[in-house]
Amino acid sequence: MLIASNVTKTFGKLKALDNVSVTCNKGQTIALIGPNGSGKTTLIKTMLGMVVPDSGFITFDQHNILHSWHYRERIGYMPQIGRYPDNMTIAQVMDMMKDIRKSNVLDEDLVKEFKLPALAQKKMRTLSGGTRQKVSASLAFLFNPDVLILDEPTAGLDPLSSEILKQKIIAEKEKGKLILITSHILSELDDLVTEVIYMQDGKLQFHKSIEQLQQDTGQVKLTQAIAHVMKTH
Amino acid sequence: MRTIVKYVMLDLLKNRIVMGYTLLLLVISFGMFSIDANSTKGVLSLMNIALIFVPLISIIFSTIYVYNSAEFIELLVAQPLKRKALWLSIYCGLALSLSLAFLIGVGLPVLIYESSATGLVLVISGLFQTLIFTGIALLASVKTRDKARGIGVSILTWFAFTLIYDAIVMLLLFQFSDYPLEKPMIALTMLNPVDLSRILILLKLDISAMMGYTGAVFSDFFGGKLGMLVSAIVLLLWAMVPVWFSVKQFQRKDL
Repeated sequence: MLIASNVTKTFGKLKALDNVSVTCNKGQTIALIGPNGSGKTTLIKTMLGMVVPDSGFITFDQHNILHSWHYRERIGYMPQIGRYPDNMTIAQVMDMMKDIRKSNVLDEDLVKEFKLPALAQKKMRTLSGGTRQKVSASLAFLFNPDVLILDEPTAGLDPLSSEILKQKIIAEKEKGKLILITSHILSELDDLVTEVIYMQDGKLQFHKSIEQLQQDTGQVKLTQAIAHVMKTH
Repeated sequence: MRTIVKYVMLDLLKNRIVMGYTLLLLVISFGMFSIDANSTKGVLSLMNIALIFVPLISIIFSTIYVYNSAEFIELLVAQPLKRKALWLSIYCGLALSLSLAFLIGVGLPVLIYESSATGLVLVISGLFQTLIFTGIALLASVKTRDKARGIGVSILTWFAFTLIYDAIVMLLLFQFSDYPLEKPMIALTMLNPVDLSRILILLKLDISAMMGYTGAVFSDFFGGKLGMLVSAIVLLLWAMVPVWFSVKQFQRKDL
């Protein structure tokens, strides 16, 4: 469904992505794992067209995403650090997004569960980091997209909200959507993911199913399996 | 695209600086016209406002606005929108609200005191300055990542068009005063939208007689139909080319 082929991107001297090729299919829940600065967010941003690769290309349902924008209707993206216009209220941001997407089928589960309507008139600049994350998460799920791209979704969320979000991800996974998650809290990913992509220094180290990874490393838990991988790489 | 223009406009019309700018222009314009009974003098003073102050505000305000909208832009590029449409919407929003401010602040008093062809040329020139310098601001802000540097580039560009360019032209004139420079002067004028507008307004004021032989050549060229047409096309190009380059740049920009 979402295929990156030989994607390379450099920022000055830094090679953020070095000939990365990945294939993501419908129904998979993929964990994107790697140390800080390994190119996870850059990979996600190239998939969204926010960063233009130097070479290589990305296709979404067999269509090259370069110069295309319609495909983003089918993606819900939750950024690592949600940045919003300071002087808009939560309600205004939500309304603007609805205005842009013009979608009638809205999934407001998260909006309700995070109790955002009570905060609707608050300006974005007054929000705490956690509340911003809640807004980002609600927006990512709001339009019932086929693909969910979540960059560190639970960073900054309290345990209760974190659990709400996790349950929501599981619910969407069951509907057969493609979900891409990056996270450093591996224990959280354990009962969520079906595949693991491991990146280091902008290079793709491996892309395996979770069963394969467990077999190769002899570890059951994702935390231990990845620790094993990090030691040997 | 209309949706985004709507949001940018809503944001800008609430903006205190745009409101202050409108009021300031209004006060200056009425002031200039009431000082003297001769409204031609008022037009002359307003010409300097429209050709120096308006470009300055347009370029600096637009540059700062684009940098301050970084979050807004970042949020929207991940949405199903064409980048080109997003960028042009920001340009349209800025250009429309600044033009509106100029129309109210200068257009209205001119309509009341000096509703002649001269007044019309003055207002159109001011509108062109707004469009042109907003476009240059967009190009400056898309090219430089750093906000302070971007604003610096904008101020320097404004300086270049309003002061440095004239100084260079003067220097050339004196250095080559032995040669016939009238035709090259026309070409040089075309390269600077501020100078071009100034000459168009001055010629309408019929004081070109005081400008000697060069003035006569100018009057001959710019006064004719062809000159008017060429000037209009050049001003339009000035309004469109920087915006076009900024769109190209924005489409390849990493966010």
